[in-house]
Amino acid sequence: MSGKGHKAPVKAKAKAAAKPRAGTARVATPKPAAVMPSSAGLVRLLEDDGTVARGKDPGLAEETLLFLYEQMVQVREFDRRMLMLQRQGRIGFYGPILGQEAATVGSIAALEPRDWIFPALREGAAAMMRGLSLTEAINQLIGNGADRCKGRQMPCHYTFKQGNYYGMSSVIGTQISHAVGAAMAARIRGDDVVVLGYMGDGATSANDFHAGMNFAAVYRSPCVLFCQNNQWAISVPISKQSASETLAQKGKAYGIPYVRVDGNDVLAVYSVTRAAVERARQGDGPTFVEAVTYRRLGHSSSDDPTRYRDEAEVKAWEKKDPVDRFRAYLTRRGLWDDGKEAAFKEGIAQRVNDAIAAAEQNAPPADETLVTDVYEHVTPQLKEQLAEVLALEGRGVNEGAFPL
Amino acid sequence: MPWSKFQQDYAAPTGGRTISYCAAVREAIDQAMGHDPRVFAIGLDADDKFGVFGSMANLSHPERVLGTPIAENAMTGVALGAALSGLRPIHVHLRNDFLLVAMDQIVNYVAKWEDMFDRQVRVPLVIRSIIGRGWGCGAQHSQALHGLFAQVPGLKVVMPSTPYDVKGLFLASVADDSPVLFLEHRWLYKNTGDVPEAIYTLPFGKCQRLHAGEGLTVVAASLAAVHARLACEGNGLDVDLLDPRTIKPLDIDTIVASVRRTGRLLVVDYDFPFGGFAAEVCAQVAERAHGALRQAPVRICFPDRGMPASGILERAYYPTPERLAAAMQNLLDGAPVADDLLVGGGHGR
Repeated sequence: MSGKGHKAPVKAKAKAAAKPRAGTARVATPKPAAVMPSSAGLVRLLEDDGTVARGKDPGLAEETLLFLYEQMVQVREFDRRMLMLQRQGRIGFYGPILGQEAATVGSIAALEPRDWIFPALREGAAAMMRGLSLTEAINQLIGNGADRCKGRQMPCHYTFKQGNYYGMSSVIGTQISHAVGAAMAARIRGDDVVVLGYMGDGATSANDFHAGMNFAAVYRSPCVLFCQNNQWAISVPISKQSASETLAQKGKAYGIPYVRVDGNDVLAVYSVTRAAVERARQGDGPTFVEAVTYRRLGHSSSDDPTRYRDEAEVKAWEKKDPVDRFRAYLTRRGLWDDGKEAAFKEGIAQRVNDAIAAAEQNAPPADETLVTDVYEHVTPQLKEQLAEVLALEGRGVNEGAFPL
Repeated sequence: MPWSKFQQDYAAPTGGRTISYCAAVREAIDQAMGHDPRVFAIGLDADDKFGVFGSMANLSHPERVLGTPIAENAMTGVALGAALSGLRPIHVHLRNDFLLVAMDQIVNYVAKWEDMFDRQVRVPLVIRSIIGRGWGCGAQHSQALHGLFAQVPGLKVVMPSTPYDVKGLFLASVADDSPVLFLEHRWLYKNTGDVPEAIYTLPFGKCQRLHAGEGLTVVAASLAAVHARLACEGNGLDVDLLDPRTIKPLDIDTIVASVRRTGRLLVVDYDFPFGGFAAEVCAQVAERAHGALRQAPVRICFPDRGMPASGILERAYYPTPERLAAAMQNLLDGAPVADDLLVGGGHGR
């Protein structure tokens, strides 16, 4: 992979990302007091102005704090650029994370590198934190010949086995049972890995949510089921998705401890998830986390949320921006200033630029890959079908793109 | 409700009002709801501001359109329950691939309820779903799967290709007292054609001849029918092109009669090849008119693998009118279609 170019400017940080064990091993254990299991109250550590109430600071190492910030800023810049590429017709589809950076980055950072992740649509940053280079991610979005998935899976449906990041499904909520099953298997093997399974608010309506939660509880599956309640499932608001007062409380019926956390507060998300991961690792079973956040852009590049929601709602959530809030905290602690910010942002923009340039140099997948990997050996039927594809004129043009 | 009064003899209109496939679907839904207060629509995003790609925009009875939480199996069960209790639900799916989440309800209950329980209760349920496709859609957002559904006893599978057909067959589906799976192709939505304003229904199990010829019988439904017609018209091919419009029930008599004249059969099916609709047509023709075939029947289907997401690979994966024309020309020339998108690959050699 041609990732060398973009890694160079940020050698130290990229190294941490490429070897997540080193990156997260330094993470301090949060004070248990920061977490309130089985509470419908919202766990919040970081105020809007970046202050933390006395005695509530989880006491993370400076390096960890800066790593979290770097990842949040990076995924935001990556998002911005990928949406532009989509608008320019350079990639086919993109599902942006804007507004949910803290929920994703904070929760992933709470895992050990050996722990597994079953993502939903908006957790691509998790793969990147586990060492998927930006170039590799863009290869996947383009679907070029260097893409691990060989152009077969939808953009944003990354998979990254080396980082224990398992492929997501387009169908809502199916990954919940996968996560629970992987965690049950870990128990059976006697392995102490923990599995983090993500979902959105819409997935809590899906069949697999109920069955998955029940299995997790009955088998004390060492997993954390993490719901990013971003208030919207495409155009369906949470009010039409569930009549529960909170999503978190659904854990109660299944016998799963639950916690509701401010998803725009990276310190709270980190602390809550860390405590849940430790519970699981100690054999105390699953935890259900509801991170309350907001999807500020469309469901995907194919969506136009201005058609169905009030702009004032979006503006209100912009004021709760997770990146601004965390930067204010870092600034108050003397770890950050405007000068650092400027240079840092420039470096990240350059990193993304370099990754785009590198990915776009890769050739498309070879036509022959159309018939490989379905079965171990290419069947006679597929061989014949490929021969036709290669022989006949009149190859199609891309008349449509997602969501057609 | 007296749905029967709308039944008409089949005849495609000419010189009337021209509207799009999408508008024809919308009009059919609107008129069905207006005509019969038992009709309501239910599904994920059924009430969204985009109106299900425009096919349900600005309906006259928005109070009878229910958007649902994301739970395909449950919403199908709910729709079935409503149908059992006397309503006529239109259950909407934005994408075929997600019908699979509702497979238990569809296959074990919707399709079999009348049969298992001796028709004491009817199931007047329409499940409409849209086939997508396009750059970035990939293997979980592009499937048709009509062959899979047609395999299930008790389901009717309707796949109209023209605006006229889509309106008349949709209204026929709502009028039907038994479950109907109604599959629209997203790529047909902008196509236009003559469509009467009045309510009308079209019969199931009756082919439409889209192009007349004597050298080769081609069977194709939905988008494949449109591509096949473009292939025939653009190249002046001597092809008898039949669009079955409903793949189940299947108008095999018309297909067999055509094969008896032409002696050749090509089935173009935009679905997976193994055990699919194309295989079924070939089998039925072979059973009924083996002696009339001058050449082994030929299938053109998708490669036996999931759809790629890459735009480059998609262009290779999908058949096109040009490629269909080349295959038809080869057959008309009497030559074996050696390296076609053929499933069996040159059985005619």
